[in-house]
Amino acid sequence: MVMSDHQEQTRFMAKAMNEGSPQARALGFETLEIGNALAVLKVPYRPEIVGDPETGVIAGGVMTTLLDHASGQAVHAALETWTSIATLDLRIDYMRPAEPGRDVLARAHCYKVTRSVAFVRAVAYEDDPEDPVATAQATFMLDSSAGKKVGANLKPSRTKRAGDAA
Amino acid sequence: MSDADNRLVAVLGSIPYATFLGVTAELAGDEMTAILPFSDHIVGNPMLPAIHGGVLGAFMEMTALAQLSVASPMKRQPRTVDVSIEYLRSGRPQTTFARATIKKLGRRVANVHVEAWQETRAAPIATLRGIFLVAPSEE
Repeated sequence: MVMSDHQEQTRFMAKAMNEGSPQARALGFETLEIGNALAVLKVPYRPEIVGDPETGVIAGGVMTTLLDHASGQAVHAALETWTSIATLDLRIDYMRPAEPGRDVLARAHCYKVTRSVAFVRAVAYEDDPEDPVATAQATFMLDSSAGKKVGANLKPSRTKRAGDAA
Repeated sequence: MSDADNRLVAVLGSIPYATFLGVTAELAGDEMTAILPFSDHIVGNPMLPAIHGGVLGAFMEMTALAQLSVASPMKRQPRTVDVSIEYLRSGRPQTTFARATIKKLGRRVANVHVEAWQETRAAPIATLRGIFLVAPSEE
């Protein structure tokens, strides 16, 4: 099967999002599947990312990062052209502890894109998305860096006053 | 050190992912401030650069867990039921602080709100609302 340019571009973007994002790299994120508004990511188990050493269960915070990252990639996989995105909000429900010693996967689906907002559902699991560790619901702002240039966050902040628009 | 101090140090020291991110906390009376020093490996978007949204969520969840440990001795670490995170401003490459308010600490469930900020508290960069299953030790 020949991959379309768009598929190829999406794969390239996912790779860049994992390798070019220091936190994703530090956690060892890997994209297993990407395309058609869907992304499947994996975080490999290791002792440094555990939340409770008594149980050896991966920290809830790692699930947060994995689900956020997978959701972002699903948004990119749903868009025709690349645009900057930013998480507006993220809700995570924890169903059960992850199994100690096992890699965790996250499957995210961007089910709706409007002119300025994308809506995503995601689920974290070891083997079966029907038996989830956690589920997430997220919204993303599209074209979030409109007018912002590379290195914008290195300049002094202009939002010193409360209530300023970001 | 007070009992609360000891519990705070113990809880943060017991979370490997907190150590991985570099999270620490300071306690003044019963008021706790959690601190996330900036480091390169917490960046999500290297272009701006901005701290990873997941890291901010994780940091605020840890702040809630730490505040619960300060509030009461626990038989075991609280279990997170759900968290709801709002992102208000991008996390700049600088130190991030967070404070948690326990809205209710019941016998089984705790409701906690957290706010994270950088330069000024009046301009929070993210907020978290969390529900936790708790097991306060009977005294």
